[in-house]
Amino acid sequence: MARIGVFICWCGENIARTVDIEKATAEVAKIPGVRCAINYKYMCSDPGQAMVREKIQREKLQGVVVASCSPHMHLKTFRAAAKTAGLNPYLVEMANVREHCSWVHHDKEKATEKAIGLIRMTVGKVLRNRALDPIKVPLTKRALVIGGGVAGIQAALDIADAGCEVVLVEREPSIGGKMAGLSETFPTLDCSQCILTPRMVETGQHPNIKLYSYSEIESVEGFVGNFKVTIRKKARYIDIDKCTGCGECWTKCPSKKTPSEFDYGLANRTAIYMPFPQAVPARPVIDKDACIKFKTGKCGLCLKRCQAGAINFEDEDKLITEEVGAIVTAAGYQLYDIGKDQPNAKLSGYGEYGYGEYADVITSLQFERLSSASGPTSGEIKRPSDGETPKKVVFVSCVGSRDNAKGISYCSKICCMYTAKHTMLYKHKVHDGEAHVFYMDIRAGGKNYEEFVRRAIEQDGAIYHRGRVSKITRENGKLIVRGADTLVGEPVTIEADMVVLAAAMRPAVGVLELAQKLKLGYDEFGFLSESHPKLRPVETNTAGIYICGACQAPKDIPRPWRRRRRRRAKCW
Amino acid sequence: MSDATGFEPKIVAYVCNWCTYLGADLAGTNRLEYPPNVRIVRLPCTGRIDFNLLIKTFEMGADAVIVSGCHPGDCHYTAGNYHARRRWTMFRELLDTLGFEMDRIHFAWISAAEGKKFQQFITETTEKTRALGPYTAYREICEASR
Repeated sequence: MARIGVFICWCGENIARTVDIEKATAEVAKIPGVRCAINYKYMCSDPGQAMVREKIQREKLQGVVVASCSPHMHLKTFRAAAKTAGLNPYLVEMANVREHCSWVHHDKEKATEKAIGLIRMTVGKVLRNRALDPIKVPLTKRALVIGGGVAGIQAALDIADAGCEVVLVEREPSIGGKMAGLSETFPTLDCSQCILTPRMVETGQHPNIKLYSYSEIESVEGFVGNFKVTIRKKARYIDIDKCTGCGECWTKCPSKKTPSEFDYGLANRTAIYMPFPQAVPARPVIDKDACIKFKTGKCGLCLKRCQAGAINFEDEDKLITEEVGAIVTAAGYQLYDIGKDQPNAKLSGYGEYGYGEYADVITSLQFERLSSASGPTSGEIKRPSDGETPKKVVFVSCVGSRDNAKGISYCSKICCMYTAKHTMLYKHKVHDGEAHVFYMDIRAGGKNYEEFVRRAIEQDGAIYHRGRVSKITRENGKLIVRGADTLVGEPVTIEADMVVLAAAMRPAVGVLELAQKLKLGYDEFGFLSESHPKLRPVETNTAGIYICGACQAPKDIPRPWRRRRRRRAKCW
Repeated sequence: MSDATGFEPKIVAYVCNWCTYLGADLAGTNRLEYPPNVRIVRLPCTGRIDFNLLIKTFEMGADAVIVSGCHPGDCHYTAGNYHARRRWTMFRELLDTLGFEMDRIHFAWISAAEGKKFQQFITETTEKTRALGPYTAYREICEASR
């Protein structure tokens, strides 16, 4: 006769509330092959695990069934406990009587019956299990980091500093991501560049970091410890080893009318360009679609100007294979498209806000560029339409976020804080200006965050209206913002010179395709799924692949910074 | 919930570890209630499922069988769900020809994010099976041939 031990967990009240534990224990004790059946309030706790270990040894158990939560949660825990007691860990299985039973049923009798059934099934499985021994495979001690924004940079530096080689892949011509374009950051108002650019330089120069800028992940094969990654190095038309970044080419480029991606269309750039002066690598790229040489065959001014001979119009995409043992995905975010045109049928836009129609209705990231010293106005607040200083600015929070009707139910987490920051930056520069904010709730959880928002209101005089904006129109050169202040209980109409919309955060373009290449799970909004939000927050369900930054969920800057230690520890 | 005869359908769901199993976990985490008639069997991948297993399940008393895995393109093993789909397309006709009641076999794609879909799918399948009544026809044949 087999000797199986069954351990039923109450999970506090989580299971015990719906499943009659004593009845289940008595019933499963009768199953042929079951040597003992016991229950305990918290089987995963130290005394609970001790019970499992003790029974394995005393009853000489040949198999263990733990009836508790999902095996995705604690199978590893109980297998480890069994191993220390001398039982082969693969003879331990779990019956999921919490997620698949007590949490989804109310009828205690039926839930108990189902729980007994689930345990019986699992006993059946354990009776057929065989002891297994893990195999050992060689491991490549190198990591791939996908995405060169703040999260990816920090991940790469941490791993590289720990002595491992890192392959960092960034699809834009420079690393830096969204943070490189920010002005000053909450809650300290120190400039984003001062925090980020030294890290960018460090990343570019680190002996352990191999940087592929302007490159994308083509395909990923293999498994933990042994991934084979094909990287598409997009044609840059510049030999970055020969180029010195002198700037002779882009200052002479006659094609000057392409909206700058880095400035979110608030300024133009040339066809051969460096996205921003602090770019890493500090090398330009040719935008084939804007380049006169590519369009007409006549030009090549940059080629003539370049002393280093770095320009190559014949350049082509190259596929490079790298072998790595672990992958960190830091693919980042994008802003929700505010207007009517949306990328998929699940989302809908705010046509009534006039974004895209009125030049002075801008996004929060555009406002960052307007208030940034490296921006198109050198940090002076000037509205895009005529370059005048706006005397009255309306900031609208939750544009998309927390709006089920638009297809986004989550809170984007950072908008309350950066909107408060925007009012400060604006008031510090336009002393006689008025800053109005329309908000649903102020969510300022975090060290010194609430105090920061109070400062915006009390010291800098930002005027907060608790309510939504229903419509923005333009009359006589003014933007008429119609909204409500629900605390006063009255409609509010403000004649504004500029409107800033705090658009929701969405996963970056291409995260879905990347998830499919890496075999990662993602939620209904496209954010990548961690293995468990508390127990395994940076791991995914694919061994050897980790996630960090805003491709996981909306996050502010300190968060990926904090999680980095954990990630580094996890990679090796 | 049971009808006058007290019939409670027995449904067995073969699900993959990476998508549907986690979808069912999510239904639990979000406390989405559904009828307790389903027993989930966790497999690495739907590509693993041999159709003899489904036939055996009916033989052993199931009134309906569910096979559910990842959406196309999302398979943890790249192509397992495509294999399952191909096998399903082939065997559906074969089982149909053999005289199986095809509305007792359900094929679905439920991702780890679709707890709600899992709840709906289980609820609908349970109700449909309840309406069909017990699948005695096949069990009788099995009994007779013993």
